[in-house]
Amino acid sequence: MIEDIVSLGLPVDEKIVLRKNRILPECMDENTKRICIVTGTHGDELEGQLVCYEMNRILKENKGHLKGIVDIYPALNPLGIDTITRGIPGFELDMNRIFPGKKQGSMAENIALAVFEDIKGAEVCIDIHASNIFLREIPQIRISEQTAAELVPLAKLLNVDFVWVHSAATVLKSTLAHSLNTVGTKTLVAEMGVGMRITKEYGRQLCDGILSLMQHLGMWDGDVAPVREPIVSTDGRVEFVNAAMGGVFIPAIEHCMHVREGEYIGDIVNPMNGQVLVHITSPCNGLVFTLREYPVVDEGSLIARILGE
Amino acid sequence: MREINLFELKAIYRDSMRIRGYCFGEGEKTLCVVGAMRGNEVQQLYCCSLLVQCLKELEEQGKLVKGKSVLIIPCANTYSMNTGKRFWPTDNSDINRMFPGYDKGETTQRIAAGLFNTIKDYEYGIQFASFYMPGRFTPHVRIMKTGYENVEDAKKFGLPYIILRDPAPYDTTTLNYNWQIWETKAYSLYTQETGRIDKKSAVKVIDSVMRFMERNGIISHSGKSGHVSDVIPEGELLAVATAQSGIFESCVEVENQVKEGHVLARIIHPYNGSVLEEVKATGEGIVFFRHSDPMVYSGTVVFKIIPRSAFRHSKSSRVN
Ligand SMILES: [Zn+2]
Repeated sequence: MIEDIVSLGLPVDEKIVLRKNRILPECMDENTKRICIVTGTHGDELEGQLVCYEMNRILKENKGHLKGIVDIYPALNPLGIDTITRGIPGFELDMNRIFPGKKQGSMAENIALAVFEDIKGAEVCIDIHASNIFLREIPQIRISEQTAAELVPLAKLLNVDFVWVHSAATVLKSTLAHSLNTVGTKTLVAEMGVGMRITKEYGRQLCDGILSLMQHLGMWDGDVAPVREPIVSTDGRVEFVNAAMGGVFIPAIEHCMHVREGEYIGDIVNPMNGQVLVHITSPCNGLVFTLREYPVVDEGSLIARILGE
Repeated sequence: MREINLFELKAIYRDSMRIRGYCFGEGEKTLCVVGAMRGNEVQQLYCCSLLVQCLKELEEQGKLVKGKSVLIIPCANTYSMNTGKRFWPTDNSDINRMFPGYDKGETTQRIAAGLFNTIKDYEYGIQFASFYMPGRFTPHVRIMKTGYENVEDAKKFGLPYIILRDPAPYDTTTLNYNWQIWETKAYSLYTQETGRIDKKSAVKVIDSVMRFMERNGIISHSGKSGHVSDVIPEGELLAVATAQSGIFESCVEVENQVKEGHVLARIIHPYNGSVLEEVKATGEGIVFFRHSDPMVYSGTVVFKIIPRSAFRHSKSSRVN
């Protein structure tokens, strides 16, 4: 059933309403667990849309196998999705920097609070992101060091290629995931694909993972495809390649490829005069798990992230 | 006055983005002032231009104190200013969320690093700042409570209010916060406007910076003595939020005194003109912040009031 979580007035004859779809199992008691599938905090990240659609479809077709409550939140930032905007239109701060939100604040902070309160208490929450329009990512789960012990075992069930355990910058303390983890609601952040697009195989891959996690938690007794074993890594093994100059990036490799140290990754060129401004090579042997998708780069723009071997 | 180039970013289809600084005096790095970091901070840019003028005159009159130097950086983001963007034009990132910066990182991290590298060793740092919600402020000094904050020195501005803010997680990457961590005494000055020039409040703020410099022995100058500042913890401000959305019609201005129940604004139905809500003061005090957009959402804080009770923190209270 579709439920309203929060509704606020916009100035001219419109309401912003955040909704979720709650799917209930046929039998329930006080021990029935709840999983939240959340996406659309960043309005230009759409990979999670397919996951939400597919999970709805699978659960509808296999109702008898569902043993837990599934809450699907496909659009935490509906105005952002509608305007192809990462943030909330007209609001300066990133929506994923204002959790757990507050009552006495802006519209965005009110919405954040309502979302946080609604999810709090679930057994587990999956927050699905899609990189941005600039970078393509392999399916991965990102976990802060403090929560690694608890979350890595769950992340391994999610059928992703990579689990990145990163050090937690202070700014990340106001993300949805951090806020929920702080109050004991285990939250995993999925990153995959690229902004403004849907990568079908990635979406289906993560759906298989969510079902396997649900099976592990006793929330699903239907079929589950075998899940892949992800590489689990900390920051130390990740090398960043940034543009040394502004220009147009022409890749020489494919995303998700293995490269050797010194191997040619691509060029930054100047189309005005045909000059190669930077000839980019790999700093290490490893897997290119992030690759620049958007061709125009400024000095400093991220070109690739390589997981060193 | 010497003009310096702190940082340059080259591009293939645009002129370089340069960060320029204006240096006055020689010797100890005493004061650095930073203006616009976001593309809409026109008032902040304007304040710096006024300050450069003032310092130039003082220099010509020989009124800069020997052995002290001042650096003014009017703008750290010409690319956004020139294209009507608030944040970095390509990736929409905010330079003031990138400090202390990283010279091998992403573009705005490099800009922040390029800037911070030059300005981090100053004894005093002033940023002309803007707020994340659209609105007008009573001119004030804002200090982040990092454990390194220096409230006594802030009183030398002689502005009516000093607001003490407990940093939120997203504050830890701002210039003000990082200046303090690097042991610069850092102050953010807020004037009434951001995207428009308001000469009156700009002049007030420049007067306060001149007082600050004079009282810290950076210049010799005689100006107005200004206010005895009240120190107000931000958490004590009364927030007044809307219940309805629509056209926002303010009935008060910043610095007005209000009593509990006083009508601060009306929310008007955008089609039929009926009054949907009277936004009322939740306590007695002075209007410190007011929303400035012509329209408003529901559930949004549109006023902040300094309650009378907040003045007990100050040694000398002006409101009795
Ligand atoms: Zn995202």
